[in-house]
Amino acid sequence: MNCPYLQNMDQQSTLDTQRLEVSLGPQHPSTHGVFQMDVVLDGEQVIRLKPVMGYLHRNHEKLMENMSWLACMPYTDRLDYFCALANNFSYALAVEKLAGIEVPERAQYLRVIMAELTRLINHIVLVGFLLNDLGAFFTPVLYAFREREKLLDLFEDVTGSRMMCNYFRFGGVKRDVPPDFILRVREIVNQFPKFLDELEELLTHNEILLSRCQNVGILPKALAVNAGITGPVLRASGIPYDIRKIDKYSIYGRFKFRVPVGEAGDVYDRYYVRILEMRESLQILEQAINEIPDGEVISKAGAQAAKMPRTLKVPKGDAYGRTEAPKGELGFYLVSDGSGKPYRYHVRAPSFINLTVLEDMCIGQKVADVIIILGSIDIVLGEVDR
Amino acid sequence: MYGLGVLKGLWVTIKNFTLSYFTRKRLTTVQYPEERITLSEHARTFPILVYDESPDKLRCVACEICAKECPPKCISIVRAQDEAGKPLKQPKFFDIDYSVCMNCGICEEVCPFDSIYMDRQFELSAYERSEEFLYTKDRLAKSAEYFSKIRPETAKKVEEKRKAKEK
Repeated sequence: MNCPYLQNMDQQSTLDTQRLEVSLGPQHPSTHGVFQMDVVLDGEQVIRLKPVMGYLHRNHEKLMENMSWLACMPYTDRLDYFCALANNFSYALAVEKLAGIEVPERAQYLRVIMAELTRLINHIVLVGFLLNDLGAFFTPVLYAFREREKLLDLFEDVTGSRMMCNYFRFGGVKRDVPPDFILRVREIVNQFPKFLDELEELLTHNEILLSRCQNVGILPKALAVNAGITGPVLRASGIPYDIRKIDKYSIYGRFKFRVPVGEAGDVYDRYYVRILEMRESLQILEQAINEIPDGEVISKAGAQAAKMPRTLKVPKGDAYGRTEAPKGELGFYLVSDGSGKPYRYHVRAPSFINLTVLEDMCIGQKVADVIIILGSIDIVLGEVDR
Repeated sequence: MYGLGVLKGLWVTIKNFTLSYFTRKRLTTVQYPEERITLSEHARTFPILVYDESPDKLRCVACEICAKECPPKCISIVRAQDEAGKPLKQPKFFDIDYSVCMNCGICEEVCPFDSIYMDRQFELSAYERSEEFLYTKDRLAKSAEYFSKIRPETAKKVEEKRKAKEK
């Protein structure tokens, strides 16, 4: 019990409060899915919190052990269903590392463009739903969805599906983009900052938002590092750790972009880091569409593996492919025994690991703030429970 | 100054509300059953089987590659036989359980005979979940004209490829 409130309780309690155990969820709109929190309250303050996971367990990892390498790809879409393409990216990287497949230049650019568009979608939806949790019902989230819809239309034109894209293949992407793709991305790059400015005018300096979010749910630097937190949650605590900068996977080494960091590590910083990250994503997109070359979108070996998945020979061994997914470090650890299927398939899901510090952030806070702290971690239950 | 941020925010909502009456940029929704947005070339929902002249002449030769590669294993195929028991190059049964299908489109990618393609029909609600979502051969069979109507560019490429193969 490291709660200062509890230690001082004997001295200061003139009014007796009652301990109350509240079960938040699993059927609660603010838990972003089927997620339960057992919260012990003293008055209105949280003194203990236990996350209960597993309501959306779909046996993902075990199921993949009976699938061919390619057949796992559409299932990765269903992990974090807001960022299907980011999940595809990690998995494709892991298998390419294992099988030693090269990726052509144009495909690399297309992958980066799609991954950054996914980041825009994820962050804009997160900001909308965070405001929903704060009680600003549906105005910000519908503005966000309006913009998201434009990106999803683009995804439908390119991949065939709005959310379950299944676009990446080993050694490239499924098909080339339509001819007007670059123009449409350029339009998004031009229009999106205007929308962000408007959203910031609505939110960033709003006094209600400031008083609800500042100094709430503080995640100290040391705890964030020790608990293995990644992504915007870690960066909001002031640590400039971005796998795009550190690994320089794919072609991220070629782009100029900054890694925004927060100072206090509270809910407000987590909100603002995401706004800044979207602006950096737009920078990357602009550079990518200016530099994108013509050429093949899938290598020869990759095209064969896509047309005849059983012919893909993956040698014995293991590989870990990781990317900076919108929620943090998304990694796939794959072990191959030389047959046509993964021998072991493990997902390092960012929202699951980021959830481990939920109790530390919530202790001592009001019960109403638990909702926004959970919202600011940005979890998707498809990925947490798998 | 206290309250200025809130007022600024309200100004944004007023702007959005008023302009939604005048510009398509602010009001992007359509009145669904009456108005529809056009789907893109590669939009996909569930698989169909394409035939050339008549529904009993499917392009499918029952090679069962799609059934093997299907991730949720929703396709089941039985090959037809003639009287002597010799297997024919056509399916006797070709069933797809639409309630299991996950719309990934892998079947259309792996099909070597340009037979199975993804449809774009999405209004498929039914009152019953076992019979009505089990699509048999005759319900899956769609003409090549229908296919070239829904996906003109892909159909054109496929036609060229098939003509080149015949020569």
